[in-house]
Amino acid sequence: MRAYTAPLKDMRFVLRELAGLEQVGKLPGYEEATPDTVDAILEEASKFAAEVLDPINYSGDQQGSVWKDGAVTTPKGFKEAYQRYVQGGWGSLPFEAEWGGHGLPKLVATAVEEMLTSSNMSFSLCPLLTQGAIHALELCGSEALKKTYLGKMIQGSWTGTMNLTEPQAGSDLALVRTKAERAGDHYRISGQKIFITYGEHDLAENIVHLVLARTPDAPEGVKGISLFLVPKFLVKPDGSLGERNSARCASIEHKLGIHASPTAVMVFENAVGHLVGEENKGLAYMFVMMNAARFSVGLEGVAIAERAFQRALAYARERLQGRDLVEGAGTVPIIRHPDVRRMLMLMKSQTEAMRALAYVVAAAMDFSAKVSDPEMRKRHQAFVDLMIPVVKGWSTETGIEVASLGIQVHGGMGFIEETGAAQHLRDARITTIYEGTTGIQAGDLVGRKIAREGGATAKAWLEELKRFDAELAKSKNPDVQAIRASLGTGTQAVADVVGFIVANAGKDVKGVFAGAVPFLKLMGVVAGGWQMAKAALASERNLASGEADKSFYEAKIKTARFYADHVLVQAPGLRDTVVKGGAGVMALADDQFLAA
Amino acid sequence: MKVMVAVKRVVDFNVKVRVKGDGTGVETANVKMSMNPFDEIALEEAVRLKEAGVATEILAVSCGPVACQETLRTALAIGADRAILVQTDVELQPLAVAKLLKSVISKEQPKLVVMGKQAIDDDSNQTGQMLAALLGWSQATFASKVKIAGEGAEVTREVDGGLETLSVKLPAVVTTDLRLNEPRYVTLPNIMKAKKKPLETLTPDALGVDVTPRLAILKVVEPPKRKAGVKVADAKALVDKLRNEAKVI
Repeated sequence: MRAYTAPLKDMRFVLRELAGLEQVGKLPGYEEATPDTVDAILEEASKFAAEVLDPINYSGDQQGSVWKDGAVTTPKGFKEAYQRYVQGGWGSLPFEAEWGGHGLPKLVATAVEEMLTSSNMSFSLCPLLTQGAIHALELCGSEALKKTYLGKMIQGSWTGTMNLTEPQAGSDLALVRTKAERAGDHYRISGQKIFITYGEHDLAENIVHLVLARTPDAPEGVKGISLFLVPKFLVKPDGSLGERNSARCASIEHKLGIHASPTAVMVFENAVGHLVGEENKGLAYMFVMMNAARFSVGLEGVAIAERAFQRALAYARERLQGRDLVEGAGTVPIIRHPDVRRMLMLMKSQTEAMRALAYVVAAAMDFSAKVSDPEMRKRHQAFVDLMIPVVKGWSTETGIEVASLGIQVHGGMGFIEETGAAQHLRDARITTIYEGTTGIQAGDLVGRKIAREGGATAKAWLEELKRFDAELAKSKNPDVQAIRASLGTGTQAVADVVGFIVANAGKDVKGVFAGAVPFLKLMGVVAGGWQMAKAALASERNLASGEADKSFYEAKIKTARFYADHVLVQAPGLRDTVVKGGAGVMALADDQFLAA
Repeated sequence: MKVMVAVKRVVDFNVKVRVKGDGTGVETANVKMSMNPFDEIALEEAVRLKEAGVATEILAVSCGPVACQETLRTALAIGADRAILVQTDVELQPLAVAKLLKSVISKEQPKLVVMGKQAIDDDSNQTGQMLAALLGWSQATFASKVKIAGEGAEVTREVDGGLETLSVKLPAVVTTDLRLNEPRYVTLPNIMKAKKKPLETLTPDALGVDVTPRLAILKVVEPPKRKAGVKVADAKALVDKLRNEAKVI
């Protein structure tokens, strides 16, 4: 049996009923995204994911990428899989036709990305970083740079990286020290970068590094950082590859997870670099892409959770142990035991809730990019900005929780590497760290997205939840009514905390930020509940209209109900933590922490 | 040379098939459907013939309900140039399909028809043979290798005793076996191009074919569950069981 089968039914349901695929397909420029075309894309992407990427997931983790004399060899099968990825044209999906892309909506790209990531997270990081670099060039690069690099990168024959971090400059990029000296029409880059995903590998003929560095006369801090393009091989005027640039991989890291993905230490010694955009605006360019990158990492949480769930489910159906509590006699598969079911339901319901929220945010990105009314654009963008830290922070934290539950379902076998469940937890563990830790996301949510605008966007969203409550009120289904009650309580909890943040951010900034992560979780739990309630309502409607897939829709309503009873109910507790718990966080003096 | 490929929409090979509650057939509602894998191989072979410069046009044909359009779009994405759906909601049996295909062939005049040796839903393994007989064409079934040379084709086929190579005159019907080739993955650019390729819809009436079923399905049941084995004391007891219980010797 396959370890991963794309959950196409749920994906289609979310696309159609929750994210508004049909409306997205009507936006100018997205006319190609008709339901049947999207179906065909999902179908073929799912085959690619399950048949090409999935079989090298476990072996890739076991072998890992290997560094020798500056070169990195990816695990067996990765090179062939990458060639197939390029042949399949998958990398070109979201980009403009001008550079050889297909210009499909973010919403469609999101579903495809989820499948690639679920089937092989380590592999998916190479295309992901390449896409980030393409976006940066598209937005900020000169015509000459675009002409030289974009076509090859979109095609996939060259890959891209993001070189931000340095040993002393992690979350705080103001500390970046890498130097860039002007040298005629280009620059010479010198310095060391760490944590460079796919900084060196054997999958493609060239690697295009985007590097943050300082020019000699740049101002201090974040206002003095510029963005440079540094290719592994210099590109000749005719587009062919020239000499090797002095951008070298000094080593790769030994990590807890994503073993197949090489994490490089990059050393630049007078390497030839080209300025992207204008000097000293590098960090601003990075922020333009930040939403996309953080969203993608949030989606990794969804993807790993889905995979961990599928593996645990398969095991729970097969593993014979213990007796049925009621029927007694005879050993039964462990899925019959209430606590195992509880874990599986926690995994399933939260994964579905996270998927729904992520896809809805992806659709909002499409609306904000293409809707003609500028007022609507702004509103969608504000919603995206509010929800990005939630998708990133909540989906990755929950992804880890789900992967951990996956091990628990396996019992002792889950702790054994050969079973494969452990890999998911190890792989998931990075997602709450890179592209901004959960703490950074929560700080962004509380500070920039709530406090700075007096909670305006959050309040608009709460209004929407109230309008939606009126819709829920009309349902005659007792499960939907139970969900409605929990969602109402959850909505009130969010409203309470938004009020608390707006009132106290100025007075007690530390106390407020001490509750930032619990608040982020509260937002996720309630936003997920909002989507599960929508899913339940849509399912009720489809069942009533006699639409055929009874089993799916009934399960959806029951899953939403479970989510309400087991997850959404946490909302008031999280509110209390934020509102009352800040003082406790700050109470001890530094030397009171250890009572030794 | 024009090549025609017949493709059937069937329950996906990964799906665990269930019998309908009333025993009239298998459950196909809300079940994942795909192109019959043998037909996918047939199509792949046609695309390779085109890439080799032997075929000039590939026509994909399917018979069945409107949903078969999806299967034809897949065929177009794999590499067919155009497609025809003979649309009907009547349950089609091999003879009816063979007649429909014959009628399409008389309009389209392909030189070669390639199709799966059987479909994985009913496993009839009849349509190709019936079609060749109705047309009075040569047939080469269970192909594991196809070579077109001039006005003929050399087809290696898998038979019980090993491999058999036939030389057939064109036009001919070739049915494909699993080892003929490995179908390619559909690419994103080809999915997008497939949207713009022509897909024509015909009806059995317009083709003048009566598709009324000739066979009646009496009952469809799940295979019996396998029972636990027993240990026998000696060879004599085994022979006795084989003779009197299993009645196989």
